[in-house]
Amino acid sequence: MKVLLSWLREFAPDIDGDPADIGETLSALGLAVEDMTITGGGLEGIVLAKVLDLSPHPDADKIQIVQVDAGDGEATQVCCGAFNMTVGDLIPFAMIGTVMPNGMEIGQRKMRGQLSNGMCCAASEIGLGADNEGIMILNGRAAESDLGAPVTEALGIQADVLWDLEVNANRPDAMSVAGVARDLAAGLGIPFAFPDFSTPHAGTGSVADLTKVEILDPVLCGRFVGRALRGITIGTSPAWIANRLTALGMRPINSVVDLSNYVMLELGQPNHTYDLGKLPNGHLRVRRAHDGEKIVTLDGIERTLIAADGVIANSDDVAIGIAGVMGGESTEISETTTDVLVEMAWWDPPSISRSVKRLNLPSEASGRFRRGADWGVNIDRACDRFVQLAMESGVISPEGIVGGQIDVVGELPDRSPIRVRSAKVNGLLGTSLSADEMSRHLSSIGFGAEVAGDELNVTIPTWRWDTTTETDIAEEVARLHGYDNIERTVPRGVQTGALTQYQLDRRLVREVLVGVGCDETQPMPFLAPGDLGKARLPDDGITLANPLVADESVLRTSLLPGQLKAIAYNQSHRSPDASFFEIDHVFLPSHTDEVLPDEREYLAVALSGREAGDAVAVLALLDRALSLPNLQLRPATPSGLHPTRSAEVVVAGRVLGVVGEVALDVTQAFGVSGRVGWLELDLGALLDGPHGNKKYHPVSKYPSSDVDLAFEVPDDVQSAKIEGSIRKGGGKLLAHVSLFDVYRGAGLPDGMRSLTYRLRFHAVDHTLTDSEVAAARQACIDMVAKHQGAALRA
Amino acid sequence: MIVQLQNAASSAAKQLSEAQSLEQLSALETEFLGKKSVLSGLKKQLGGLGPDERKNAGRALNEARRQVEAEVAEARSRLESETLAATYQAERLDLTEQLTEIQRGHYHLVTQARDRLEDVFVGMGFHIAEGPEVETAWYNFEALNIPEWHPARGSFDTIFVDLGESEEVMLRSHTSPVQIRTMENQEPPIYIVAPGRTFRTDTADATHLPAFNQIEGLVIDRGITLGDLAGTIDSFVHAFFGGEVKSRLRPSYFPFTEPSAEFDISTPDGSWLEMGGCGMVHPNVLRNCGIDPEEWQGFAFGFGIDRLAVMRYQLDDIRELVNNDVRFLRQF
Repeated sequence: MKVLLSWLREFAPDIDGDPADIGETLSALGLAVEDMTITGGGLEGIVLAKVLDLSPHPDADKIQIVQVDAGDGEATQVCCGAFNMTVGDLIPFAMIGTVMPNGMEIGQRKMRGQLSNGMCCAASEIGLGADNEGIMILNGRAAESDLGAPVTEALGIQADVLWDLEVNANRPDAMSVAGVARDLAAGLGIPFAFPDFSTPHAGTGSVADLTKVEILDPVLCGRFVGRALRGITIGTSPAWIANRLTALGMRPINSVVDLSNYVMLELGQPNHTYDLGKLPNGHLRVRRAHDGEKIVTLDGIERTLIAADGVIANSDDVAIGIAGVMGGESTEISETTTDVLVEMAWWDPPSISRSVKRLNLPSEASGRFRRGADWGVNIDRACDRFVQLAMESGVISPEGIVGGQIDVVGELPDRSPIRVRSAKVNGLLGTSLSADEMSRHLSSIGFGAEVAGDELNVTIPTWRWDTTTETDIAEEVARLHGYDNIERTVPRGVQTGALTQYQLDRRLVREVLVGVGCDETQPMPFLAPGDLGKARLPDDGITLANPLVADESVLRTSLLPGQLKAIAYNQSHRSPDASFFEIDHVFLPSHTDEVLPDEREYLAVALSGREAGDAVAVLALLDRALSLPNLQLRPATPSGLHPTRSAEVVVAGRVLGVVGEVALDVTQAFGVSGRVGWLELDLGALLDGPHGNKKYHPVSKYPSSDVDLAFEVPDDVQSAKIEGSIRKGGGKLLAHVSLFDVYRGAGLPDGMRSLTYRLRFHAVDHTLTDSEVAAARQACIDMVAKHQGAALRA
Repeated sequence: MIVQLQNAASSAAKQLSEAQSLEQLSALETEFLGKKSVLSGLKKQLGGLGPDERKNAGRALNEARRQVEAEVAEARSRLESETLAATYQAERLDLTEQLTEIQRGHYHLVTQARDRLEDVFVGMGFHIAEGPEVETAWYNFEALNIPEWHPARGSFDTIFVDLGESEEVMLRSHTSPVQIRTMENQEPPIYIVAPGRTFRTDTADATHLPAFNQIEGLVIDRGITLGDLAGTIDSFVHAFFGGEVKSRLRPSYFPFTEPSAEFDISTPDGSWLEMGGCGMVHPNVLRNCGIDPEEWQGFAFGFGIDRLAVMRYQLDDIRELVNNDVRFLRQF
């Protein structure tokens, strides 16, 4: 919502002081100032000019040559990038030497060889509106006799301050100049009052003779007020109305539309005018739509309604407007209109919200109805103001006023006083305000607040639809007391903070991976359709209903596609050696009645240019860091992975991931060259399961003995199995075993390889004798022979 | 005998001082102090002397021996230093001839920011709560006092998921659902922060991502006030940004808090920077989670994590955070 200082002063004449300070007061009241501009000032060199001639630039398509008369009767040549002007238009023109509001100085320039002696201005460039689509056309708003005069003078614009305020959804009152003025006056401690908008003319005839309104759905329509005007003339609004609308971001259209918008901006009451001539017998029925009912709205589009929408129908029960959302084409006023009915209504906010959302038809008017407009005396005031301005803009003469007004009431919100405990309010805010102080704050913005001991009986005004409870009242008290005036404390309860074991272990995993040189990645969590299939994974990713782009419309079931994309990206940017890890959520289709997907936290490690063994080594490191119970690699051919170089990761009997290498056709499909070592674990399941059970093993003070054993092992027997048997055979005396050589080739039968292990034996309480070592060695050999069928290499 | 001693000692002194190597020194040591040395020979002759003379000669002999021993030690020390010096000279390296580089990995910037936030809040007595990224309308909206028709729903620009009824399941548009899940599962008092990814239908550009990270705090206890909220935010701002940075609260609106506020932090140039939203937990939200608002009160606050990283390193394009270009990742 934009407001002008001059306009605010019509309701609170004592507003004064530095505009920046006033802005701070507005912000402190919850009307955050998003932007502040001084309008109509600093425009000295910008004059009213007339377009004399338009011709194409000989060497450029995007600019044209414009000849203007800037008041001296001569043609001045400028180059201009806008094409919305026609010969004879009046425009704002910045002469050479002018310093624009943005600080740019206009000098004589050559554009593609053509001289440009100034600049034709858009409204946004000179702070006279938001329009930046073309040059501001001032025909009808300025007189040709003022050519060469400063444009502010020609338009009758005074220096003013424009604030752009962020108005929250709970502040329907602040969607109007008057409402902002009410709040600001309370914040500044100055008086606020509505001017008298009533007209002395009683009017002729009675509106009741022209029209009749029936509310068939009292929930939909709380109040419907109608006034009638006869013999209207549609023309151009007075400059001051057009200027204010422009300043607040609305384009002046004609005198009738403009005054309707003016009343809405000023008082927050949206309104609609019907051509009475197009309304047989003037009868209106307010009801819910019939399912499938059709209406052509003002924008010329036929819309299909549902039973939740509200409509205004004519005496034939044909919908002529969507309640609170948009009027219908059939009763739109036009050049030929003479008599109009002005509708000022209060619509049920949820009903309007649903229709606006479903029809995707937001507007300034419906935005106000959705928040909850004022259903009280403001409606009558808005009617008065409409009539007053209609006369002032020459839309009607006093004889055009029709006497009386239609006023039909449906169900309106309950405004019985509510009980507010000052202790509860203080307890919520951390203040110690008396009931009287609270009452004063509330009264300053028009709340009724009767003090009864420690309590208040609060009557919430009709312009605060969203405000209904004691807590709402507490917020009003806090706002007017000033958030800055509330003493800062901290909760008194003593709490001890900590990370959970899961969170600590997840940090440990990161630490290990960073330690081995992996960089942490966080790709966008969306995939393109087909990405999963490209990775040879089941193509069952959950899809988004309203993705921004098709390439980001599928939720991940694996971190593989994202990692391969990241590697491909880096390879294409000459970083072939990326080692990545990622800890992130994946979304598996739910196999239960749960509506939510089976969401899990996964860990992926992707080692570009490295083989399966490196991925297993990383897994082994994590195994040691987390003390996983009984980690095994079970031979498998996981989807997307190299069929003979991959395995399932089994922890305590549960399959919790895969390790190995990415399948060669998959890397190719993602444009990755070279091998990719791959590890993907269900980190959530891993860390939620048993792990981390580290036990103390006394360090032996006695010398240890090393023994090397080389076994001939068939290719289909895992080294891990041999190692397991060695451990079993070595028992307590075996301190350590590691594979240190793998040999295939001469001297060995086909399908066999030699695996050499180094075993270290020790005892914690004595030095091992040769015969003890020999016995332990033999036990290892025997165990391997018995369980794995492998013998020492001859 | 004394003369013999003196001759032997001075000869030894001269030769030891001229020794050129440790090997030569060992030989000299044997020559002057060994069993066949002059000194050892003279010692054997002591027995043939008279008592007085033996006493004098013995003293002189011991003295001469000590002297030679000291000279040996001195020569050894000299030769060892020389050897070391020669070794050092021979081993000279240009340390800038660096052929190998030890690589470490890098925590993602968002992780760095998130860990630091978590640590500060743990220090302030909070626990870290987490929740799913795909949520139902109940957790993302309804329980948070945002009914289906509410205009605020539109402002969340929600990304919906093809599950359940239309607009029933969505990518969470804020971390606030974790508030509800925590309150449903835990009795007050509650002191948590919930970091995590959130989603909006924002087209990716230099300052927006459709998926970004937020952190949200929730305190539910007896007698919690708006003053406590302001004080807690102040404590956090001091701990995270430094003591000189100030905070302020401005009235605002969120359906799930009442009173609501925006909180700003001060910048070096004296202006205020909008950080996030906060407020006292709305009684309807407490009731939706089975908590009696007459007994318990609380506050909530939330702000963006990615933006902290962007601010700290003055990134000119937030998309770098998801591009995973190693030339970016390895800078931090």
